[in-house]
Amino acid sequence: MSMTNDAVNTETQKANIGVMQARSAANLNAPRIAINKVDFFYGTNKALKGICLDLPEKQVTGMIGPSGCGKSTLLRVLNRMYDLYPGQHAEGEVMMDGENIISPGVDLNQLRSRIGMVFQKPTPFPMSIYDNIAFGVKLHEKLSKSAMDERVEWSLTRAALWGEVKDRLTASAMGLSGGQQQRLCIARTIATRPEVILFDEPTSALDPISTLKIEELIDELKRDFTIAIVTHNMQQAARCADQVAFFYIGELVEVGTATQMFTSPREKRTQEYITGRFG
Amino acid sequence: MSATLTASAPSRNQSVANNLSRARHRTNTIVKGLCILATVIGLMFLGTILFTLIDLGFGGLSTKVFTNITRSGPDGGLANAIVGTLIQTALGTAIGTPIGLMVGTYLSEYSAGSRLGNAVRFVSDVLLSAPSILIGLFVYQILVAGRGYTGIAGGVALAIIVIPIVVRTTEDMLRLIPTALREAAVALGAPKWKSIVQVCYPAALDGIATGVLLAIARVAGETAPLLFTSFGNSYMSTDLGSAMASLPLAIYQFAGQPDADLVQLAWVGALLITFGVLALNIVARVVLRPRS
Repeated sequence: MSMTNDAVNTETQKANIGVMQARSAANLNAPRIAINKVDFFYGTNKALKGICLDLPEKQVTGMIGPSGCGKSTLLRVLNRMYDLYPGQHAEGEVMMDGENIISPGVDLNQLRSRIGMVFQKPTPFPMSIYDNIAFGVKLHEKLSKSAMDERVEWSLTRAALWGEVKDRLTASAMGLSGGQQQRLCIARTIATRPEVILFDEPTSALDPISTLKIEELIDELKRDFTIAIVTHNMQQAARCADQVAFFYIGELVEVGTATQMFTSPREKRTQEYITGRFG
Repeated sequence: MSATLTASAPSRNQSVANNLSRARHRTNTIVKGLCILATVIGLMFLGTILFTLIDLGFGGLSTKVFTNITRSGPDGGLANAIVGTLIQTALGTAIGTPIGLMVGTYLSEYSAGSRLGNAVRFVSDVLLSAPSILIGLFVYQILVAGRGYTGIAGGVALAIIVIPIVVRTTEDMLRLIPTALREAAVALGAPKWKSIVQVCYPAALDGIATGVLLAIARVAGETAPLLFTSFGNSYMSTDLGSAMASLPLAIYQFAGQPDADLVQLAWVGALLITFGVLALNIVARVVLRPRS
């Protein structure tokens, strides 16, 4: 299936119109981050083609699509994770507070403190539970011991982990279960008080109970944070997301409210994907 | 059995299967036997060495060994050699470890695919297998010739042996750390050096420490690099600016002497090095035992 640039643009415009319609229909909030015509390259391989997508403030955007369709790549554009790897680059605009965050002059460390990320597999640091949280906070703030204690308790409470670990904050984080480790990673991320949190398949390595806890947590966190979540699980997208975006081979095929996407998708490919006919 | 043209599954010939199975068991027995034999031969050498060491060295152990300096006669000890070995090994480790650690970090974290990185790795590997007498000769040329033998020169020679060992283990251990852990640190807004020092080093600590221990064990028994750098000293000396005794040199000098007391001292020295290194390993294993 080859598309000309015109066709891509028409698709994009359709998607944009779709977002506007959907937003007015379902009261999606104003965008916190506006992605505008973003292309992404792994070397010469174009992995994202003219993506236009708004992340509505304090709501959850679910990103779905078959493996290799570019959803994780898009997340890694938002916090500039690709900058770690020479040969990867993005073009276009990602606007946040009137600034294009993928332009070269941006202070990446500050950007990443504003846009946090939770990964597929839990990534606790080899240090105590307390220090795991303090690590990120210390990078951006100078807190007294008591203020740090408070911050650690606050973030662990928000991540629904405080009750389970409050008596062993000095124990190694490596001794926690997988689900606890993932909630620790979430606590660590919110401890730096970001504005946006990116979740890259946060439950794919977890058991159903832990998955449920994380999903409830995401629902709770959206009161304070703008959230984007990549998932392979349709039910998860339906449960968590306010807005759902469907990607296919580097393109944004369709975006709409979760209800609209799962009940009356406009695109045939979307319908086929969410009903499990491909992908 | 006659061949048929129907598409039924091919039937299994049990006698062929039995033969194959027997052949497999036979091969298995032979290979297993060879492996056990090889292990026994290897362990036999190790066991004989340890046995001889204890047999010939243990009898000479006494407090005199630790209090008296090397001299012929029944009052000879190894105090000066023990002190010299401790000082020079410590000096070599203290100089070599930070350099090796930083080079290893550069190779693993910063040099991805660069020509300089590949060149450094190659040179380090060459150094790893360089004959240690060459290293002694090199240090002799730059630090000793015209100035005299010094403990510093001995320490530097040992450091040059330490560096490539630490480089290799540091690089290998850092490479074992999953990318996700580095990305997680960076995703919190940590600069690269902080993610290396505060996240990667602790994660690789066990492996890196093992590398440093290997290096210590290796240099504690080195003789050749000390021959014409710290030279040896029959008297107690803790002065890094003059010639210094060491256990391997004492062994080298005494083992071939026609004096039974000196030969006994050489065996005691060998015993001390071996058990010193063994003790260091055990302590490190206990201290670095994975916590969870």
